[in-house]
Amino acid sequence: MLRLLFFARVREQLGCDRLEVPWSADAATVEKLLSHLQQRGPQWQAALGQPNLLIAVNQCVAEPADLLREGDEVAFFPPVTGG
Amino acid sequence: MAAVLQAQVQEQAFDPAALHRSLKVADCGAVVEFTGYVRGGEGSAAVTTLELEHYPGMTERSLQLILEDAAARWPLLAATVVHRVGRLAPGEPIVWVGVGAAHRGEAFAACDFIMDFLKTRAPFWKKEHGPAGSAWVEARSSDDERAARWQPPQGSSR
Repeated sequence: MLRLLFFARVREQLGCDRLEVPWSADAATVEKLLSHLQQRGPQWQAALGQPNLLIAVNQCVAEPADLLREGDEVAFFPPVTGG
Repeated sequence: MAAVLQAQVQEQAFDPAALHRSLKVADCGAVVEFTGYVRGGEGSAAVTTLELEHYPGMTERSLQLILEDAAARWPLLAATVVHRVGRLAPGEPIVWVGVGAAHRGEAFAACDFIMDFLKTRAPFWKKEHGPAGSAWVEARSSDDERAARWQPPQGSSR
């Protein structure tokens, strides 16, 4: 399983703050998981297709080519605005 | 001596005077503190409530890493960051950074560095609520430019 988390505007656009998906060869990298999720529908395409989208794997900001493993936590969020 | 580093995320209000007392450690020749407050805006941009969302776990971890990074760059004695989440009203303190060091140069620099990286790395998101409606605050490129001023320390790949 991959544990997916969505924050802020991304969470609102999807109407969903978390989701579990099975790990598979289709989702073996950050990039593959992203395109797999975008196929879920127009809402997903819009929310996860934003050019400034950030993705963290196990709470560290990740690159598109990073590998995903069974049990990973993958978070999707917009640029941060704290402080 | 290793610096005393503390990072905290909380809903409750904080007291800068109490944080100052807990930060001050032996032989600090300089303490620099920064307090950020919620701005109320004006007219169509008026804000009645600021909502702060965060990523529990990653937030604490990224704040701790920022403090460790600061302590690796400057000889610090203590550094504390406290950031609030939840719903805040204009005028309320939202973030506090305090740095103690032997001399003022490193304390000023480290405090500035910690705020620059907090604003561009720590997973917090602000949403403003006001008479004109609600909107997520957009990230500002000026914050990225400020953070880019800090070169990686020598011998580091980060």
